[in-house]
Amino acid sequence: MTGESNLKRILESAGFAVTAELGPPKGADRHVIENGAKLLGDWVDAINITDNQTAVTRMSSLSACAIVKSMGLDPVLQITARDRNALAIQSDILGASALGIRNVLCLTGDHISMGNHPKSKGVHDIDSIQMVQMVRKMRDEGVFLSGDRITGEKPAVFIGAAENPLAPPPEFRVVRLGKKANAGADFIQTQVIFDVERFRVFMAQVRERKLHEKLAILPGVMPVKSAKVMNYMNTKVPGVRVPDELIQRMQASPDAKAEGVTICVQLIQALKEIEGVRGVHIMAVQWEEVVPEIVERACVRKKQPVGKFA
Amino acid sequence: MIVADQKPLEEILQMLASYKRVLVLGCQSCVAVCMAGGEKEVGIMASAIRLARRQQGRDVEIVEGAAKRQCDDEFNEPFAGTIEKQEAVLSLACGVGVNKLSERFALPILPALNTRFFGEVERQGVWTEVCAGCGQCILHLTGGICPIARCAKNLLNGPCGGVRDDGTCEVKPDLQCAWILIYNRLQQLNRLDYLAEIMPAKDWSADRAGGGPRKRVREDMML
Repeated sequence: MTGESNLKRILESAGFAVTAELGPPKGADRHVIENGAKLLGDWVDAINITDNQTAVTRMSSLSACAIVKSMGLDPVLQITARDRNALAIQSDILGASALGIRNVLCLTGDHISMGNHPKSKGVHDIDSIQMVQMVRKMRDEGVFLSGDRITGEKPAVFIGAAENPLAPPPEFRVVRLGKKANAGADFIQTQVIFDVERFRVFMAQVRERKLHEKLAILPGVMPVKSAKVMNYMNTKVPGVRVPDELIQRMQASPDAKAEGVTICVQLIQALKEIEGVRGVHIMAVQWEEVVPEIVERACVRKKQPVGKFA
Repeated sequence: MIVADQKPLEEILQMLASYKRVLVLGCQSCVAVCMAGGEKEVGIMASAIRLARRQQGRDVEIVEGAAKRQCDDEFNEPFAGTIEKQEAVLSLACGVGVNKLSERFALPILPALNTRFFGEVERQGVWTEVCAGCGQCILHLTGGICPIARCAKNLLNGPCGGVRDDGTCEVKPDLQCAWILIYNRLQQLNRLDYLAEIMPAKDWSADRAGGGPRKRVREDMML
């Protein structure tokens, strides 16, 4: 792969993009990233590397992205506003671009009190929308947030943001998505979707505002291993709604793990049919080994796996 | 007002352990209103210290007082003679009072309170932080509800994905999402259009975080 974002290439050629999340380890072993990337590499178009997800300290996203990039794959650098101020984010953007990392996902981040350093101080110098705007100006206008000019090469990054479409207030979520489009986001990866019908309503609002023409929207999906996990997602995770029918299917199944994979496959197939959905983002959270099966069964890849890591 | 909490008595006793003559000095301003460091609290605190020290067999001589405002030398000056006879002062003012006394007097000035925040009286016995003193007010754009003080992530462009269906914040179950409150308020004011605009990155140079300790100078008021 050359200096171009593979994700951007797929989306610009009107392909259906498949991305998957990979969480760095709570240690310094690069093999964890290499093994995860090998597992996913043949099956997805880009690999998101999380940034101290759930506010738990881990190997940095930037260094894990560099490892993924060195394997010839396309990483998505996730950056939270929780851990970095505008200076640090901009220097990481320059460094990422220099390393050939071509995608960034601008996030607010889970609150610091929810992780393993609850006594530390959250940064929150800028918010995620301001981060998108800042990165776009760096890329397109060659200026830093302060107005100071970038010297020489500008960072060449494809800019993403997140959205939680089913969180309240329902009327405002699409307005906020519009702000992300205006700020300069190229793609959106959403919170996990189980309730396709409600997501369909959201996408109708998106199309009404023609936001799907400005942004490539990749709804998030998650394979779950048990009815208990699904119930937790439904009741504890803001913006995540799981229809009763899916919980009942998980409860009734003799093989909950297999049912969880099947549900994930069916969700992808249903989401793919919604106008304006340009791909899917799979968040397997330490169950990455099922991603190839999910991608294959959902028939979302036009071609067979390239076999780079077979 | 400035809202403060009394430190645990145990911690205060440790601070005072080596002193035998102490002035317990309250402040009749904010901390009196929030019932942490006014005249009444000085009396209770002094009694508690005397009792504890007697039980330890190490009596302490305590003088009690309360300045009108410990943040101003003018109101501390009447206590100067008393202060100079002590080994230490236990201040029941906010941290400003402790700093002010420390600049003026050579003896140790010890904090009896943990100074918390600028707060409103939510209801009897409950105070809530609603202003962060960031130095650059945007309340006219947010329906009078401050996202810097009231959003745990200082967001300026609407609620994050961590808001629950009942409008509370994922950080604390009893914390209302500031942006849901702002949304509802702007809806009431028929100004939801404000929320469609991107609010630019905040200028933190007016805040402590960016500009360091701050100072306000009114030359026309100076003597």
